[in-house]
Order: sequence, then C-alpha cells, then structure tokens
Amino acid sequence: MLESTTAFAVLSPVLAIVVNGVPHVCRDERPTVADLLRELVLTGKRVAVEKNGEIVPRSRYEELPLVSGDRLEIIAAVGGG
Amino acid sequence: MNALPPTPVDPLLIGGRSYRSRLLVGTGKYRDFAQTRDAVVASGAEIVTVAIRRTNIGQDAAAPSLLDALPPTEFTYLPNTAGCYTADDAIRTLRLARELLDGHTLVKLEVLGDPQTLFPNVRETLKAAEVLIKDGFEVMVYTSDDPIIARELEAIGCVAIMPLASLIGSGMGILNPWNLKLIIAEAKVPVLVDAGVGTASDAAIAMELGCAGVLMNTAIALAQDPVRMARAMRLAVEAGREAFLAGRMPRKLYAASPSSPTAGLIG
Repeated sequence: MLESTTAFAVLSPVLAIVVNGVPHVCRDERPTVADLLRELVLTGKRVAVEKNGEIVPRSRYEELPLVSGDRLEIIAAVGGG
Repeated sequence: MNALPPTPVDPLLIGGRSYRSRLLVGTGKYRDFAQTRDAVVASGAEIVTVAIRRTNIGQDAAAPSLLDALPPTEFTYLPNTAGCYTADDAIRTLRLARELLDGHTLVKLEVLGDPQTLFPNVRETLKAAEVLIKDGFEVMVYTSDDPIIARELEAIGCVAIMPLASLIGSGMGILNPWNLKLIIAEAKVPVLVDAGVGTASDAAIAMELGCAGVLMNTAIALAQDPVRMARAMRLAVEAGREAFLAGRMPRKLYAASPSSPTAGLIG
C-alpha cells in the first residue's frame, strides 16, 4: 500500500505555492505565471504580480515558471482615498 | 437666468501635465461602484485615487471591478499607499502600482504613523519620497502641515505637496490656515489640501488660501447625498479659485465704509 502511494506521489508531483498569503496547489505540474492566472480566472483582469518579492513584468507571464515554495502576491486597484 | 461668461482657462499643472479640474477625489467608502461613478462624475474630477490591494482569489470572474465603473482610459488613476506604515512598504506598493498601470509614474505617497489618527509619519515619508523620485516616480506627497517638512519634500523633488487640513476622514476642515499659508507662500510646486475636508466651504477656503487644488474622499462618500455633495464640491473649488484669482478686498476691523453715497441724504 505504502509503495503504491509513494509511487503515485513521484508520478504526480504537486506544486505547492503561496498566493496572497494562502497556500495553493497548482492544477498544472509546471505552471507558468500565466498558467496560474488562467487557473485563478484572472486572465484579462488588470493585475500586477510579485514573485518572491520581485515584480514580474507582464511580458514575462507566459515564460516564467513557478517552483514549489514560491510566494506570489497578485494585486489590483480598489476603491480608496 | 443670465448665462455666466466663460471662465478663463486656468489649468492645474502637475508634473508637466495639465488638468481642467482642481478637485481630486478618492474612490473609497461608497455604497457600490454605481454610486462611486455617479459621485466622481458629478465632482468633475479627472484624477482619482485608488488603493492597491491583494486581488480576491476565487471571486466570480464576472464580478464588476472599480475599473469597469471608472475606466482608466477616462480618468487618471493616482495609486496611493494607504495602509503603509514604513517607507519600504510604500515603495513596494507604488512599484507594483506602476506595473499595474502600465508604467504610469504619477503617484500619491502616504506613510502613516498611527492607525487611530492616521497621522503621517513624516520621517518615513521623506525616506520613501527620496527613493521613489530616484526611481522615476512623480510623487504627490501627503504630509503634515509642517512648513519645514513641506520645504524638504519639495527640495527632494516631489511634484506636489499635499498637507492635511485635519485628520483623514475627520471632516474637521482646515484647522491651521496659517501653516497652510506659510507652505503655499514658499512652495514652487502645487500645494493641494488632502485630508480632513468636511463640506463645501472647507474646499472653498482651501482654494481661497491659494491652494492649487483639493483632494477629498470621505467628505463626498459619507455625505447624506454623495452625488449632490460632489456637485457642491465642484462648485466650491471653482468658487474658491475664482475668489483667489479675483483678489479679495482687505479686512478692516473698524473703518466701516458704506457702499452707498454719504452725500445727498434726504433731510
């Protein structure tokens, strides 16, 4: 039983990241930032992304891969004074 | 009613750009986006402040956003650093805002020192302003009404100085017009009152003192009739500006001077 569970874990790696302070498991195995935004239904919304403290330019969303442990901040403009 | 003669062109110049309206408004505390839009449109404001926050994950994709109600193509968005208590937080927030708004560099800097009073931490504000200006931002800076701090903020390159009239959201109006006058007298960049405006006369007084503009949020959003108050504020800022440019009559304590002739009185 244990062997098959371990085998399953090796065959289906899980990408665990943190998005806006909340743990998140990515649907894709090797997602890019763009994949994550698609998964979160944020494509086409005006947002900015920071990965591990560094701003990700929009032009890099499709190419920049995420790795386990990445901390993402996805921000938007809201009402304020 | 007679039509008013056209107002001479008197644009607000900030950071090399020209604006018709001298009233800037925040977008917080409204009942919903529809009311936000109605009030902002009634105010005539071209520049609106917005806050920068984590986006809601898992929200309905079709849910309306502020940008639907107030398209960035129609208004100039001025991202603020509300909720930031350190220079680092403010800098990080505005760098994200710049990315969010396609490289837009006109920003409002505020660094708070106390969550209850929301009074600015001017030391952290100066630190943040210096870094941001070096990084290419055009900084409109929220500050106290301390004329020396205002002088230092201008010296490091802020494009507008924005002293508070009174505490954010307090509606207490201009508590220290004398300090404001000192700041206005010395500043070469626009001075805008930001924070504490409560009603139309506060805005008019700010403009009569010589402010280039007024920034407000709560005064409109928490009025009984926000759209009506937005209209009032638009008129107040225009009236105050006209009065300032007209040059008021002198105040005299005792030498009352009648407006009607003293000769030819019926005997």
